[in-house]
Amino acid sequence: MSVRHALLALLSEGPKYGLQLREEFEAGTGEVWPLNVGQVYTTLQRLERDGLVESEGTGDDGPQKGFRITAEGEHELAAWLRTPPDLASPPRDELVMKVLVALRVPGTDVHEVIQVHRRYLVELMQQWTRIKEQEAEFDLSLGLVVDAELFRLDAVTRWLDAADGRLKRAAVEPPRPAPAGLPRLRRRMGVVR
Amino acid sequence: MNVLELRGVSKTYGAGPATVHALTDLNLSVQAGSMVAVMGPSGSGKSTLLTIAGSLEDPTDGDVLIGGTVLSGMSRNAKARLRRRTIGYVFQDFNLLPGLTAAENVALPLELDGVSAGKARVAGLRALEALGLGERAAQFPDQLSGGERQRVAIARAVVGERGLLLADEPSGALDSVNAEEVMRLLHQACRQGVAVVVVTHDAQLASWADRVVFLRDGRMVDQTSPRPGPESLLTPGPGQ
Repeated sequence: MSVRHALLALLSEGPKYGLQLREEFEAGTGEVWPLNVGQVYTTLQRLERDGLVESEGTGDDGPQKGFRITAEGEHELAAWLRTPPDLASPPRDELVMKVLVALRVPGTDVHEVIQVHRRYLVELMQQWTRIKEQEAEFDLSLGLVVDAELFRLDAVTRWLDAADGRLKRAAVEPPRPAPAGLPRLRRRMGVVR
Repeated sequence: MNVLELRGVSKTYGAGPATVHALTDLNLSVQAGSMVAVMGPSGSGKSTLLTIAGSLEDPTDGDVLIGGTVLSGMSRNAKARLRRRTIGYVFQDFNLLPGLTAAENVALPLELDGVSAGKARVAGLRALEALGLGERAAQFPDQLSGGERQRVAIARAVVGERGLLLADEPSGALDSVNAEEVMRLLHQACRQGVAVVVVTHDAQLASWADRVVFLRDGRMVDQTSPRPGPESLLTPGPGQ
């Protein structure tokens, strides 16, 4: 999970205070990833050091200190959104984050971001299938490994398809407000994760 | 050589405010010996693309070329002849005729095209043998497993050396092992020079193709780059 890029995404909407960033981060990720305020300020300091955000220089480090994204920060955010996650280990959450974050970045078509990742996954699957087609018939272990990779990647593409469909439907028919009690359940899920 | 070419193809249904744009300005070419997969969600225009490519339906705009010949100027009869001689279809639910044996099902397109019954039967049997079904030739479809039925349907689609094979979710009803077998056979037909178009929402099926194109709301929005060699996956990276 990239807190760094999630904060950049929130700041891409306009200047914000640290506390506000924490609240919006939790709300924007379905409240499944709790974030402590210390982590927010440490991350903001590093972003400022790297020139990706700048503070609204009152000299005050308290909760009222505001931050804005720099042009470099916007560039970094756009590049990160389109950089496929490392699929050598199962980093599905990183992809989920990118899609959730894409929803918040003004001028970003989330369907286009989804398609960038879908194409990357299908291209990877084509490479694995070529191994299957050429060699896996003669090597059972390789066949099993290739299948495992293909099913893992297939699951990710299915999630992207489902996300695409859900977002398309939500654009026409916005989701109803959740009944009371649900957010606590979600927070508990966040702890288990 | 392009076996199939779609040039600026659009298809609309209905008129006025109720107009549905099933396909918009689609360009696609498929060469002999190559497989193209068309992916997209339900309603993205995949099946319309296939019926237009197979000359079962005319586009509202644009041209369809099969073997370099533009279809729009052809008579109904000429199109029907082209379909019988050049195009094979494979459907999700096999579409075999239940009253005919496997061999008769495979021989039928040749007989309809005027080939003598004897020659058609020999060609049909040969196609079944090539797909490992020689011993099942005299069985009726309801005596065959799902996987065997789809292999019969593939034999029927390629018999008579047809150059274009159009498949709509060809392994939709099959388990993963049989689905893989179906794709392996389509791929084999492809390597022998047939141009194959597979329409599917299944990424595993699509990954057999040389090129995958993505449809969304009737438009081609993206496609995969040419396949890099599989070596890149097996070469250990730094630190491995």
